[in-house]
Amino acid sequence: MDIAERTVYLDHAATTPMVPAAVEAMTAHLLEVGNPSSLHASGRHARRVVEESRETIAQALGCRPGEVVFTSGGTEADNLAVKGIHWARLAEDPRRNRVLATAVEHHAVLDAVSWLHEAEGAEIELLPVDDRGRLVVEALRETIERDPASVSVVSVMWANNEVGTIQPVEDVVAIAAEHGIPVHTDAVQAVGAVPVDFATSGVDALSLTAHKLGGPYGVGALIVRREVVVTPLVHGGGQERDIRSGTIDTPAIAGFAAAVELAVKEQAEKAARVGALRDDLVRRVVDVVPDAHVHGGALDPLGVHRLPGNAHLGFPGCEGDSLLMLLDARGIECSTGSACSAGVPQPSHVLLAMGCDEDQARHSLRFSLGHSTTPADIDAVVEAIGPAVERARAARVR
Amino acid sequence: MKLLAAMSGGVDSAVAAARAAETGHDVTGVHLALSRNPASYRSGARGCCTIEDANDARRAADVIGIPFYVWDLSDRFHEDVVEDFMDEYAAGRTPNPCLRCNEKIKFAAVLDRALGLGFDAVATGHYAQLRVGPDSEGGLIEMHRAVDDGKDQSYVLGVLDQEQLRHAVFPLGGSTKAEVRAEAAERGLLVADKPDSHDICFVADGDTPGWLRDKLGDRAPNHGGAILDEDGAELGKHDGTYGFTIGQRKGLRLGRPAADGKPRFVLDIEPVSGTVTVGPREHLAVHRLSGIRPRWCGSVPVRVEGTVQLRAHGTEHRAVVAVRDEDVEIELLEPAYGIAPGQAAVIYDGTRVVGSATIASTVRA
Repeated sequence: MDIAERTVYLDHAATTPMVPAAVEAMTAHLLEVGNPSSLHASGRHARRVVEESRETIAQALGCRPGEVVFTSGGTEADNLAVKGIHWARLAEDPRRNRVLATAVEHHAVLDAVSWLHEAEGAEIELLPVDDRGRLVVEALRETIERDPASVSVVSVMWANNEVGTIQPVEDVVAIAAEHGIPVHTDAVQAVGAVPVDFATSGVDALSLTAHKLGGPYGVGALIVRREVVVTPLVHGGGQERDIRSGTIDTPAIAGFAAAVELAVKEQAEKAARVGALRDDLVRRVVDVVPDAHVHGGALDPLGVHRLPGNAHLGFPGCEGDSLLMLLDARGIECSTGSACSAGVPQPSHVLLAMGCDEDQARHSLRFSLGHSTTPADIDAVVEAIGPAVERARAARVR
Repeated sequence: MKLLAAMSGGVDSAVAAARAAETGHDVTGVHLALSRNPASYRSGARGCCTIEDANDARRAADVIGIPFYVWDLSDRFHEDVVEDFMDEYAAGRTPNPCLRCNEKIKFAAVLDRALGLGFDAVATGHYAQLRVGPDSEGGLIEMHRAVDDGKDQSYVLGVLDQEQLRHAVFPLGGSTKAEVRAEAAERGLLVADKPDSHDICFVADGDTPGWLRDKLGDRAPNHGGAILDEDGAELGKHDGTYGFTIGQRKGLRLGRPAADGKPRFVLDIEPVSGTVTVGPREHLAVHRLSGIRPRWCGSVPVRVEGTVQLRAHGTEHRAVVAVRDEDVEIELLEPAYGIAPGQAAVIYDGTRVVGSATIASTVRA
């Protein structure tokens, strides 16, 4: 059996298989020459592909085409938003040196924010979350109102990558708007999984990436309102609204647009299907391992509180690492959900922020389902999880 | 067998894992993360080799074609090895952390976890040979020196008991280092030319006294202790007893030469008063020593007429070992020099490792 045949892939939050429409759109342009910035016919052709892709993405996400700034992916989009908006706002008014973000942001936001603190003396406040990983809105209000004029930017993710909790972005926007403070949201996990509409949301900037929604690696976008000034991170030809430089990757962008279009079109149907599979997975795993428990928001297949594809489960008495390895040996691929540096698992900052202790933070597994997940995948997990948990417990107490 | 191959990122453990996989075992590679602060870009501590080593191990596993994981043993390693190392130095002894790591980490914490997870044994790149002993002796697993005298690592494995040896696999014991390097190159392992590690792994720059000075802090209270000759005359002051090992000659920084013009060596370290006594080499001659915390590879002997090795890469000394309940008495048939309490005395019968004990005290002429 080759790897594809025996693999039960339940790590869609890490990356998801490309959809055929995206592969076709991308490969259609791989053999074509033409820099979209060139003035000749080949350049014009490439430019047309890029601009049509931009329009497709804008249409799907409820923004204007001119608001789509292509980047190399979610991490660059997050860095561009947090640093770029902070720098621009601080340049306008030196009092604005305070950056707010939740304690459960992805490292692409958290590390950008801490870098602003360490390298540039920005004041950082990480906002608390409740035991389900949801921002405590009142804490945000208090933090802003203590000194609204000093806040440069607020960054609150749309949905958490580890535990799947959907954040109250509406409330954040409402509070920030009272003081004219821009809001960035990292929607890398949300687009295609739950309804995301840029204009309706009221946020000023939104990050997304292609490879989490059926598109290729290495391309993403920051959607940013025309009125928001963003200081660039990457200088050069100024290809993307003078906010982002670098030769535009036409084939990747074509694949990205095809993936976004399909993911948004199929979002509701997919959420219902994947959500039902996820609920089935959780219910049956808890049947087999009665003390397993769900971290994060309530299970709701429509994704009001939690991403439909996310099942983050704690297995008391087990090391998440051990479980991952035992399941991997059975061809079941998931994640401990924690940040890895050099493969050394650190206890998850998300779970710690939710009030788990280090032990609880280490005994968890994240199964993330997606467009390719089937009922047979769930059966495979249910069959393997009992013996794996037993083994992992034995390995720990010996 | 389902084997867990401990892969350090070096050439030896890579070839050991490759050989184990080739002989048909179901092998999984594991790199042990032993540092509490793995040098990651996130923590900002660049320059340490930990991440590079983990990546080297990962690439070797890719080439061999086995699954690979990193296990975080940093807390256990710190408690069982690093803290013990500091305590021993603070007490004026000279520990060998590699033996401690083999006894407490590789063939205890790691082995236990591996067995729990369904593995049958742990394979490492140590140079030592295992073979099944005679039926008349109960068919115990015997550990022998490696064929490569220069690389033999049976000394640092002398703390393993029968239960640990039954779950150990050393695929390199029958090869020379040169053969292993050549084989690594042949197998396309990129670590084929990677230099051997010699220093203590957790002392990144190899400056053990400097490391101890930093780490011991207030626990190294003997700063400014006296360096005396055997008549009690003060020859100088020192920065702390942790900087000294019995038998040490270099770095004493004595102002004036000895009256007889001969080099002087550390004879004694008194951790409470902080006094370090120096004298001529002949006064280092040890004829008897007692060892505590004996560990036996097989059945417990009563008396061994064989040899002992008293430090890593040290020579063998002919000896008679008398075994008591909690300790051993070792009579050396010819004197040994520079024997430091805290080091292990590993006892051999020919090439076979009988066991080991930690040197507690020595008797000079």
